[in-house]
Amino acid sequence: MRRIISILMENQPGALSRVVGLFSQRNYNINSLTVAPTEDPSLSRLTLTTVGDDRKIEQIVKHLNKLVDVAKLVDLTEGSHIERELMLIKVKATGAQRAEVKRVADIFRGIVVDITPTMYTIQLAGTSDKLDGFLAALAGTPILEVARTGVSGIARGEKVLSL
Amino acid sequence: MTLLSGGDMLLRALHDEGVDIIFGYPGGAALHIYDAIYNQDKVEHILVRHEQAATHAADGYARATGKAGVVLVTSGPGATNAITGIATAYMDSIPLIVISGQVGRASLGSDAFQETDMIGVSRPIVKHSFMVQNPEDIPDIVKKAFYIATTGRPGPVVIDIPKDVTDPSTKFEYTYPETVKIRSYIPPSKGHSGQIKKAVDILLAASRPIIYTGGGVIMGDGSLLLTELVRKLGYPVTNTLMGLGGYPAPDKQFLGMLGMHGTYEANMAMHEADVILAIGARFDDRVTNSNVKNFCPNAIILHVDIDPASISKTVTAHVPIVGPVAAVLKEMLELIESAKTKIDSAALAGWWEKINHWRTRDSLKVTPSGNETIKPQQVIQALYEITKGDAYITSDVGQHQMFAAQYYHFDKPRRWINSGGLGTMGFGLPAAMGVQLAFPEATVACVTGEGSIQMNIQELATCNQYALPIKIVNLNNEALGMVKQWQDMQYAGRYSHSTYADSLPDFVKLAEAYGHVGIRIEKLSELKEKMQYAFSLKDKLVFLDIAVDKEEHVYPMAIRGGAMSDMYLSKTERS
Repeated sequence: MRRIISILMENQPGALSRVVGLFSQRNYNINSLTVAPTEDPSLSRLTLTTVGDDRKIEQIVKHLNKLVDVAKLVDLTEGSHIERELMLIKVKATGAQRAEVKRVADIFRGIVVDITPTMYTIQLAGTSDKLDGFLAALAGTPILEVARTGVSGIARGEKVLSL
Repeated sequence: MTLLSGGDMLLRALHDEGVDIIFGYPGGAALHIYDAIYNQDKVEHILVRHEQAATHAADGYARATGKAGVVLVTSGPGATNAITGIATAYMDSIPLIVISGQVGRASLGSDAFQETDMIGVSRPIVKHSFMVQNPEDIPDIVKKAFYIATTGRPGPVVIDIPKDVTDPSTKFEYTYPETVKIRSYIPPSKGHSGQIKKAVDILLAASRPIIYTGGGVIMGDGSLLLTELVRKLGYPVTNTLMGLGGYPAPDKQFLGMLGMHGTYEANMAMHEADVILAIGARFDDRVTNSNVKNFCPNAIILHVDIDPASISKTVTAHVPIVGPVAAVLKEMLELIESAKTKIDSAALAGWWEKINHWRTRDSLKVTPSGNETIKPQQVIQALYEITKGDAYITSDVGQHQMFAAQYYHFDKPRRWINSGGLGTMGFGLPAAMGVQLAFPEATVACVTGEGSIQMNIQELATCNQYALPIKIVNLNNEALGMVKQWQDMQYAGRYSHSTYADSLPDFVKLAEAYGHVGIRIEKLSELKEKMQYAFSLKDKLVFLDIAVDKEEHVYPMAIRGGAMSDMYLSKTERS
């Protein structure tokens, strides 16, 4: 099952490599990963998606918690949560396709953030599923480049991940 | 206020942390630090002959004393040579501080001479590591390193120090922090009382209980409490390879070691138990046998460990208890004292009857050769007798290690010093140096084989330099015994690269060349007498090169893929 794990860790050199290294060392998968400092510059928030059964996820969570740089973490998929991923995509937009691509982008609430006479650069945010859906909807339109950020997430309601 | 250079601060911080001995080997990037060593007399430095030996010596020191062992090496090859020793300590949860020199900050990442990314290379085998970016950080980092290495589940910590950070010409204010707090690292101080209560209730209601304990009892200083618990309950107890000495082996409630080369009664009792209390043990594959599906099918598992990641990793625990072994044992003892549940003494008596029946199989029986050929087990028996069971025994890895574990009946913790998790050949001699330096008056024996001893034989020179009267007990079967045993059992006796009889050195001459005493023993009739003599040379290192039966196998041995009850008991018998 797909899980989203959000980690608060020391914003120190080497902290990220310890997290990433743990996954390769113990044969776990990382499907996506995103990391940036929080409002407290001494802390970074790292969010990753992985797959595994309950047993495997339990081990992943325990091993992550053991890392000295990891202060706190949460498996967001355990409760209701909001997840978002940002995608920037360059597509060919010429002739009749130019209008069609714009229409599809509008349906998905994408924003055209840059244009050339032959291309659109579209920004789209949403769940990973939605981004996949958009790519599928563009079938037939030549996609020139895709940049996805990986999933970020936060719990719904009053639950807070903080120290 | 004191002004000190980075190098001086490091030495001062080590001293303030209570370190009186470090093991190391100099080199370019560590020279400022070595100069700082020269200029002080609080911390003694032991010069080894290879950095791997420095880590094993510090490791042996740590295992015997319970204090962190400290290593100092230079950058590049010095650092990478230390890796095997760090991995050894990591697998067995040994507190180690490994200080490595590094190229200067300005050269970092430039493929400078003797540059290795030590933080990167060591990352998967350390509990934590620090790269010192500023000299002012040294006291704080040293304090944190010791705190991390010695608390919670202990482990090695690397401190990588660029050369210019220890430059003697720049000085800084030095104060050693009195306390340490790391917000992202809070080791557990006690177990969950509710879980402990639950475990005690199940334990008291058991009819076929067994207590299975590992290295955590040793590292967590829980052996006295364990002994009290086991005696109070009257239950059988078994130790892992790492846990030997956690419970006095000569005691009648002790079933011997369990696992791959465990006793018949220990493995059978595990297999048929209805309740297993696991303490500071991690259900390692050498214990559970390779197929955990067949592991102890009827047992409720109560698992005490300081590391939550060790619980339900391979075998699911019904009652997990995360906490320090000693604190949990203490709470268990109090609960048992006041418990209303009475132990079912009839069921327990029946259980013991069964166990005693298994014992009659005498799975560690030694069959003498009937001639002058010495059985390796007889050497360990003689060693036990001659040292009155009171020596520190280090070992290397292989058959001799298992014989030592089976036949030297450890009755105290921290006496059995071996590489259990990583299985590092070459561990024994340097580890013995660390133990001997920690306890100069103690009898320290290194049980080894002619294969393992050659992996760090150069340390005979270190032993000479520091006059370490270690007794090396070399079980010489002219082959890599355990490899050969597997080749006998699984590869139809095809001895692929496991024999080298024609090229073995003359160990007696070799010992003498290094300034020690060498004694060769070939006949059973002279075994005890010559060993006795060797141990009577109190101030000499004696290398006992003992020719043992080349065909001997270690038994019992788990049958691969089976349950704990599936064992070979000899070359011809199975359980």
